[in-house]
Amino acid sequence: MYASCIHRLSGIGLAMFLPAHFLVLGLALSNEAALDGALRWTDQPLVKLAEAGLVFLLTVHAVGGIRLLVLENLPWRDGQKTFAALAVGCSALVTFTFLLRVF
Amino acid sequence: MTNMLSVKIWRGGSEGAFTAYSVPSQDSQTVLDVVTWVQRNADPALTYRFACRVGMCGSCAMTVNGVPRWTCRTHVSKVAKDGALTIAPLTNLPVIKDLACDMEAFFDKWQRADGRFVPSKSRHDAIPAIRPDGSKRVAADEAIECINCAVCYAACDTVTWNVDYLGPAALNRAWTLVNDERDAGQKSRLEAVTADGGCLSCHSHQTCHELCPNQLNPTRSIAGLKRTAASAWWKGDVR
Repeated sequence: MYASCIHRLSGIGLAMFLPAHFLVLGLALSNEAALDGALRWTDQPLVKLAEAGLVFLLTVHAVGGIRLLVLENLPWRDGQKTFAALAVGCSALVTFTFLLRVF
Repeated sequence: MTNMLSVKIWRGGSEGAFTAYSVPSQDSQTVLDVVTWVQRNADPALTYRFACRVGMCGSCAMTVNGVPRWTCRTHVSKVAKDGALTIAPLTNLPVIKDLACDMEAFFDKWQRADGRFVPSKSRHDAIPAIRPDGSKRVAADEAIECINCAVCYAACDTVTWNVDYLGPAALNRAWTLVNDERDAGQKSRLEAVTADGGCLSCHSHQTCHELCPNQLNPTRSIAGLKRTAASAWWKGDVR
């Protein structure tokens, strides 16, 4: 139940971020100077921290999705709570690695 | 001096309210004992359903402190919070009166899921040999001990969201028959369980597995149905 909540909430978070992501990418075609400004803005520490949040959302959503695909398409394995905890643990590890690289 | 339990029990139909009772606490007391004490000593009009009292018949399930449970084998000491119990009818089913639900929708869905054996032989044929260690027999064995208590049905989020969803118990039953090598109703059963509200609606939250009093795993059965249905679809057996 908690795993599905995390999966849904991370999906909603990513869906909210995606339009902003595409808008900024779109600047590459229409306004090069504005894109450079946006990229400089993302160098701020607080924005990097927010990016770490996005990395967590993306990883936990992807690993959670793989967990569901395995659950529904391969023979059943007991210990589903452990797999869900592993998915969150992997995502935290990836996020921590990201933070180490940007700071 | 006897310790007293503070018990709130749902009274009325779908419109109703909790009534508070004070019930003597006893060793090894079950939630069903508490409800029975209230009916015999405090309020004879209290309506509830039970039969065997030993976890065989599946008729005494209720919502205890917010969680669906079989009350005859749920010890008060395991679920009471500071000596307090709140007992309500099962969710996801219409309330007839007090703690008794109308189970019709639950059992109708067993029929909708083709949850009945379709014989492939007559009495004149030899009895087919089924190996106890065969993979299909083992898969059926894992799911066969359902007592129809509807705890999983009450616990299922998908049933709450979608009244047409067949629910964990009916699909679990269908899975036992999918693995019955003597059964001749496989095609229509697969069509039944893959129709709207069938196994493909399951979100795999696994609450049914967590709360099943017999430790069955309907999510595993439903995942098996999904795999079987996908395989049949690829082969063109069902559409």
